[in-house]
Amino acid sequence: MKTHLIFGLSVIGLILAFAVGSSYYKGKQAEKIGFLAQENAELFVRDHSQTMGSDDAKVYLIEFMDPACETCAAFSPLVKQMIVTNPGKIKLVLRYAPFHDGADYFVKILEAAKKQGKYWETLNVMYKTQPYWASHHNPQPQRIWQFLPQAGVDMERIRKDMNDPAIAKLIDQDLADAKTLNVRKTPGFFVNGKPLQTFGSKQLLQLVQSELKANYPN
Amino acid sequence: MTQSNRKKANWNILFLCWLVAGISATGSLFFSHVMEFAPCVLCWYQRIFLFPLIIILAAGLFPFDKSVVKYALPLAIIGWFTAAYHNLLYAGVIPESIQPCTQGVSCTEEYIELFGFISIPMLSLLSFSIIIAFLIILLRRTTQ
Repeated sequence: MKTHLIFGLSVIGLILAFAVGSSYYKGKQAEKIGFLAQENAELFVRDHSQTMGSDDAKVYLIEFMDPACETCAAFSPLVKQMIVTNPGKIKLVLRYAPFHDGADYFVKILEAAKKQGKYWETLNVMYKTQPYWASHHNPQPQRIWQFLPQAGVDMERIRKDMNDPAIAKLIDQDLADAKTLNVRKTPGFFVNGKPLQTFGSKQLLQLVQSELKANYPN
Repeated sequence: MTQSNRKKANWNILFLCWLVAGISATGSLFFSHVMEFAPCVLCWYQRIFLFPLIIILAAGLFPFDKSVVKYALPLAIIGWFTAAYHNLLYAGVIPESIQPCTQGVSCTEEYIELFGFISIPMLSLLSFSIIIAFLIILLRRTTQ
């Protein structure tokens, strides 16, 4: 009987150690990133970053994304809805973390479309047609070209502009910042520099709500 | 009396062996799930040989079964060799073959250096070594 007790207590001990350790570690991490945010806001928002929403917004929603990431596409309506339902209060900042093989190809197209003022249109088309060109077992990046006209872009200019070395540099910068901020998966969300602790749409909504409350008390 | 003491000692040795496996598995899950270190391929192989040990060793505890060594030792030894290979790779003794860059994790990526020199592959090698030592002690004690 005593042996069962020793064994059972050890199992509970291991599980407890894991749980206590995780909550301690996550608390430490949140502190660290929060501190970084005040000191190094440029880690989260670079001059080149695409943004949506008012410049006066007090809640910055930073999303590290990948055009070929299915979850990013799935989250995009939710993110847009949060901005629309809180007009002027939330600013979305898109950062690139093209972790999928060859995903920087699509970032280059996006940045080229930005020069024509068609950034969001192009991103929308990419997210919508993603299953056709980004399947995991057989990615076919060239297929994106047949869908791009839907965004109303000048295709010739895209082909020319996407090879601009400045775009490659900007991707490198974003990847470096993603590494510093410990973003290993996409989408990686930060709200006013606070990382999303556990991933999920509900958790994201909660984090945004709590920041909205803190910054707009009325 | 001595017979029963001997039995108790054997159970304790197997229990400690299980505890080492349990702590190692918990630690490895902590690295991957909480600290979000992505496990590399070699880490996965070591996990494949570590995780079943927890079940097999625990099964051998209730009631105590000396033949547990027969089932646990092969797993531990293969795990040990994988860990040893990983350490040599990590230390640069064996060169990592030139591979195209992928988004996966390199087996020589440095995550932690406890006290300046203890790496994750080293911890793995250490726990497989302790497990093997306990199992061999148990084997000798039960086959006399």
